[in-house]
Amino acid sequence: MAATKANKEQKYDRQLRLWGDHGQESLENAHVCLINATATGTEILKNLVLPGIGAFTIVDGHIVSGEDYQHTVFVKHLTIGFILQNRAQAATELLQELNSDVSGNFVEEVGNCVTMIPQKKLLLIEHTVIESHPDNALEDLRLDQPFSEFTNHIQSYDLENMEKKDHSHTPWIIVVAKYLDKWLSEHNCQAPKTYREKEAFKLFIREGILKNENGVPEDEENFEEAIKNVNTALNPTKIPSAVEDLFNSQQCSNITSQTPSFWVMLRAVKEFVHNEGNGNLPVRGTIPDMIADSQKFINLQNVYREKAMQDAAAVSKHVEYLLQSVGKSPENIPEKDIKLFCKNASFLRVVRCRSLAEEYNVDSVNKDEIASCMDNPDSEMVFYLMLRAVDRFYQQHSRYPGVYNYQVEEDISRLKLCVNSLLQEYSLNVNIKDDYIHEFCRYGAAEPHTVAAFLGGSAAQEAIKIISHQFVPFNNTFIYNAMSQTSATLHL
Amino acid sequence: MADAEEPMAVDGGHCDISCDWDGRWNHVRKFLERPGPFTHPDFEPSTEALSGFRLIHVVDMDTIDVSNLNRQFLFRPKDVGRPKAEVAADFINGRIPGCKVVPHFKKIQDFDESFYRQFHIIVCGLDSVIARRWMNGMLISLLSYEDGILDPSSIIPLIDGGTEGFKGNARVILPGMTACIDCTLELYPPQINFPMCTIASMPRLPEHCIEYARILQWPKEKPFGEISLDGDNPEHIQWVFDKAQERAAEFNITGVTYRLTQGVVKRIIPAVASTNAVIAAACATEVFKIATSAYIPLNNYLVFNDVDGLYTYTFEAERKENCSACSQVPQDLQFPPSAKLQEVLEYLTENASLQMKSPAITTTLEGKNKTLYLQSVKSIEERTRPNLCKTLKELGLSDGQELAVADVTTPQTVLFKLNFTT
Repeated sequence: MAATKANKEQKYDRQLRLWGDHGQESLENAHVCLINATATGTEILKNLVLPGIGAFTIVDGHIVSGEDYQHTVFVKHLTIGFILQNRAQAATELLQELNSDVSGNFVEEVGNCVTMIPQKKLLLIEHTVIESHPDNALEDLRLDQPFSEFTNHIQSYDLENMEKKDHSHTPWIIVVAKYLDKWLSEHNCQAPKTYREKEAFKLFIREGILKNENGVPEDEENFEEAIKNVNTALNPTKIPSAVEDLFNSQQCSNITSQTPSFWVMLRAVKEFVHNEGNGNLPVRGTIPDMIADSQKFINLQNVYREKAMQDAAAVSKHVEYLLQSVGKSPENIPEKDIKLFCKNASFLRVVRCRSLAEEYNVDSVNKDEIASCMDNPDSEMVFYLMLRAVDRFYQQHSRYPGVYNYQVEEDISRLKLCVNSLLQEYSLNVNIKDDYIHEFCRYGAAEPHTVAAFLGGSAAQEAIKIISHQFVPFNNTFIYNAMSQTSATLHL
Repeated sequence: MADAEEPMAVDGGHCDISCDWDGRWNHVRKFLERPGPFTHPDFEPSTEALSGFRLIHVVDMDTIDVSNLNRQFLFRPKDVGRPKAEVAADFINGRIPGCKVVPHFKKIQDFDESFYRQFHIIVCGLDSVIARRWMNGMLISLLSYEDGILDPSSIIPLIDGGTEGFKGNARVILPGMTACIDCTLELYPPQINFPMCTIASMPRLPEHCIEYARILQWPKEKPFGEISLDGDNPEHIQWVFDKAQERAAEFNITGVTYRLTQGVVKRIIPAVASTNAVIAAACATEVFKIATSAYIPLNNYLVFNDVDGLYTYTFEAERKENCSACSQVPQDLQFPPSAKLQEVLEYLTENASLQMKSPAITTTLEGKNKTLYLQSVKSIEERTRPNLCKTLKELGLSDGQELAVADVTTPQTVLFKLNFTT
């Protein structure tokens, strides 16, 4: 048992560094269903099997055809004649090979295949993300609204009377805080705001750099860091508007016994903001690395860490109260979840997608998005419209356009009729160039493997985002154009 | 693009008819037989181009590790320890009829022009900028010019892909025609290492403690004798981990874990199946386009990121007029005659457009070849070390002097022209 666990940690090491052990656990508890083992379908599944999805089931009633063998990595060709194998079974066997930790199943039934050429749709009603892992997050230093423990801490520093060694190794956060203090007392409690004021403030700090006996400034990297960071350090602490919107949402206001823990914790944070937080989110508790001696840095880091713990404990109390008020025990939301939530409070995201019905319905179709994209007639939106037209073609003719050479010419005009009827039905006043209609007939519903693989990779990762609730899924239609290697995300 | 009269011959032609079964090529047939509005202007539909890629050579110096299995799907647990090139070849040769993969368990630098010249397309999935620059330099060295005009048939397209976590990029390079790796060297920022004084006396992060064990304690204590630290040896990592923990405890630093230790020592970059699938697919699409001329290739750089939604950005990276690799223009070195050779060396390594690793500088003085400084051979390093403290004037160099610089980042020497400033 221990051997398998260690082996798994080794095998999954490179991905554990992205979504952690808890992300991996969610993945291993998930069961995914694939309808139709096409090239794209098997590629998506491959990228879920390799990272260790718990289980998969393929639903497909088709027998393997000569065409399916174009993605022969997942469907083995037996040279001595064909064995008429069900496609779901064939794909399951070969996907299963990729990872013995995953259990694969198949069902021989015909599923209704909608997609053909690169288009991905996301259909979630509401998906919450606590760990969005933003690429460029601003630090949470609170220099404009220092909490009391921080103020007490910097009091222990007397920059004017320090030995050079200590002076040069004082963390820049403390340097900025001290100089800000002095500035406020000399400027009627007005922090530097304009460009000129900030430049003056930087100069003020620069004047604090120690000078040698000849009056030449010493090399104090920590002061240089302080000056460099003034602009961001002086950013006012505030709650991101995205989070404010969440506070004002219906789910946050109406907590019931059915409410998912995300909203209960959010409400608790909101209560914190209005009470202990004095209008601010719980302190994040992390600081960036900076030039400083070990002790000064660790001490400062601990000030932030302890404050974060304190704030999380306060939020915890609110969570407890909320749960009790709807008849649930506090154990329902573990401490560690609350701590993780507080740490990520500035980065919370909720993705809400419209349903297919809303997208397709004449009254709720997103005409504005379609029309504005089509201002550029070569925008990726044209592919979305073409795919919709092709679906229409299939409904009318029970086949895709241009599958056989002799069909290509005639299908162009048939497809054009579908395009026009689509545009008319939705009252869309856009122009679709004939070139695109021609190109879709030329394709003949082909599914080149490299295109399937591109979609397979991207779709699989979106599935992993949804399963793990980490990183932010797209919303809601992704179109990939392999001809130009461009893509677009459409909100439909 | 290659001359239309000399089509890209991707079919090795060695396979018999039974490799093709009914419907095998249906998916690509439609692209290659039918004309269309978006195809390449030179494209002529035909049935002849209808084969997959028949002959592929794979060069890889690595063996398979357990941690590869989460994404490198040609490998299985039983293959751990075997050379990647050989296992990949076995897999494809056994699974895809008609396709022949020839493996080479070697470094790319083990081969010379005669090897690389035989290929129609080169695809790279390398894990270092140095290796990319080397391959880039190799293909540039194969270019032939007649009266200053580039002979298009000497161009071997290079398709390069790379990933890091949820980010990736794919690019198409036509050596001598489009931006090369060195033209866009600034896109690869130099690796940042922690300052020595932080590691030695002022650790603040768990990473500092790990680097202390790796860089300072290991060479001093030689825990396993004269062997250098091997990141793939769990015993070595355990030793570094234990020492790092001791140091962290001394300074009240939290966060040293085995996983972090391994990550720092091996400079591990996180990786998943999905991002690699996307970038590999993008690269393969380009190989298909170039080999068949069915569509216009990517022009010329694609960036992908799926941290937040799905994001791609495609742009045309521009050639640098004075690129040290592909511009054929001798590089300018501006220094006063009183500058020391050491300064020139520092410039070659630190300049963002050059980023050389251990340049060897030679020149011609009084008709004879003279090595000014060379690091890679101990005896020569010792002999030429005093030159570093000498000024360019003292070394006998004059204004306009040509210096030839060799480095691991390029298979050919780079020519520099010394320009004395006052």
